[in-house]
Amino acid sequence: MMLNIHNLSNTVASKPILKGLSLTLNAGEIHAIMGPNGAGKSTLAYTLGGRPGYEVTGGTVDFDGQDLLAMAPHERAAAGLFLGFQYPVEIPGVSNVQFLREALNAQRRARGEAPLSGGEFLKLAKEKAGLLRFDMDMLKRPVNVGFSGGEKKRAEMVQMGILDPKLAILDETDSGLDIDALRIVGEGINTIMRKPDRAVLLITHYQRLLDYVTPDFVHVLAGGRIVKSGGPELAHQLESEGYEAVAA
Amino acid sequence: MTVATLPTRKDEAFRYADVGALETLWPLALQQIHVPAGASDVLSIVADSSGPEAREIEIVLDEGAQFDLRVLNIAGAYGRIAVTVTLGKGARFHLGAAQLAGGDQTLEVVTEVIHAEPDAVSTQVVRSVLAGHATGTYLGKVAVARGANGSDGSQSIRAMLLDRTATANARPELEIFADDVKCAHGCAVGELDPQGLFYLESRGLPPAEAKKLMLQAFIAEAFVGAADEDALTEAALNALGALI
Ligand SMILES: Nc1ncnc2c1ncn2[C@@H]1O[C@H](COP(=O)(O)OP(=O)(O)OP(=O)(O)O)[C@@H](O)[C@H]1O
Ligand SMILES: [Mg+2]
Repeated sequence: MMLNIHNLSNTVASKPILKGLSLTLNAGEIHAIMGPNGAGKSTLAYTLGGRPGYEVTGGTVDFDGQDLLAMAPHERAAAGLFLGFQYPVEIPGVSNVQFLREALNAQRRARGEAPLSGGEFLKLAKEKAGLLRFDMDMLKRPVNVGFSGGEKKRAEMVQMGILDPKLAILDETDSGLDIDALRIVGEGINTIMRKPDRAVLLITHYQRLLDYVTPDFVHVLAGGRIVKSGGPELAHQLESEGYEAVAA
Repeated sequence: MTVATLPTRKDEAFRYADVGALETLWPLALQQIHVPAGASDVLSIVADSSGPEAREIEIVLDEGAQFDLRVLNIAGAYGRIAVTVTLGKGARFHLGAAQLAGGDQTLEVVTEVIHAEPDAVSTQVVRSVLAGHATGTYLGKVAVARGANGSDGSQSIRAMLLDRTATANARPELEIFADDVKCAHGCAVGELDPQGLFYLESRGLPPAEAKKLMLQAFIAEAFVGAADEDALTEAALNALGALI
């Protein structure tokens, strides 16, 4: 089992959001989570990432045999968790290249692996940027500063390629992408993550990304818990009939 | 030459000073620098002595002269750098200063920049990172004399508090007696963006490294373009490592 979320509850600013959510992902699987605005999808992602302010009030999360909730955010990353942000954050004055090299090497150190040299890192970064057709010059610019909405999402996928996680939780990575970028990002996710020892949790509102990244399971998150699960056909049904009809 | 009587905190330029520490250093030697017409000069000061340290510097720039002053203030206990600059016609002065303090340190940069004649340009960039119970102060007066038309003076003053217990004092001041003068000052005291920190940590950087990365960019603004930018940045980063 890659990820086992059992009965997870939390509060944000003392407001209960997740209310006993359970979900299991096995290695090799891609799961999609859909659900109405405000249902708690980003809250689930942030809580799994360990964001301050997202207080767990009950339940357990096992990540690859480890107690995820006991780890600090950077330890979760080193253990193989990647969080693709719905709104990637701008970091003025810090270049993507410097940031990602330090982040990757911090992860490698934590895992007892040797750090990559500047040259080795650049080679890796070029390869992953190429995969996402992302301009290397943009990787030399400050993190997300002045990037368009779609560029930020594509940059997130370059980061994922470089960091090479076991489990990626991608929060609306498809929003803001143009038609070509959507295909490139979809193919990127498949290339990087569709492997027997990897897993993906895709949070999305639309079928369009799922046309490229076919999920093994689709779940509906509403009111802080999973209210319905099914195969890829569930996403089609949701798209044509809406949440109210399908998940009532 | 020395600076005469021991000041008290009633003196404007010493209102946040550690007068007890100053007393042990008094009288201060006045460092005088004179740049003749058309010439240019640079000076980098790394105030890093383990005990208290205070400097008084007087810079006179003749017509068209240029001066680039950089300061890294990381002195133990107490560190004070006071600079008075007088700008002749069309002269240019730049100050880039960073102060990094923790514990009970008191650090200050005090400037008086006098645009005595027309068309001179002064720019000041001061970045302070303050942790623990430290105090970081910037007192800076830009004075534009009567008839010094076409003066351009700017002050960009920012402080980052790593702990709520640290104190930043920032007082940029303008005194303008001329026309057609362009003076701008910005001053802000903030804390590290928690969203940015979480973003960096979520990629695998331990909290201290994430903070350091964000602060490095902040401090770099003081040293950008310096002749010894790399050395200053490295010294600043070492001091930063000790703070976090
Ligand atoms: N900092 C906060 N303070 C108070 N309420 C919050 C905070 N953050 C999130 N919430 C609330 O938590 C609920 C869940 O928000 P969340 O962002 O997880 O929804 P979502 O399912 O991702 O929605 P969307 O599809 O719009 O992205 C919302 O009602 C939101 O207003
Ligand atoms: Mg959301």
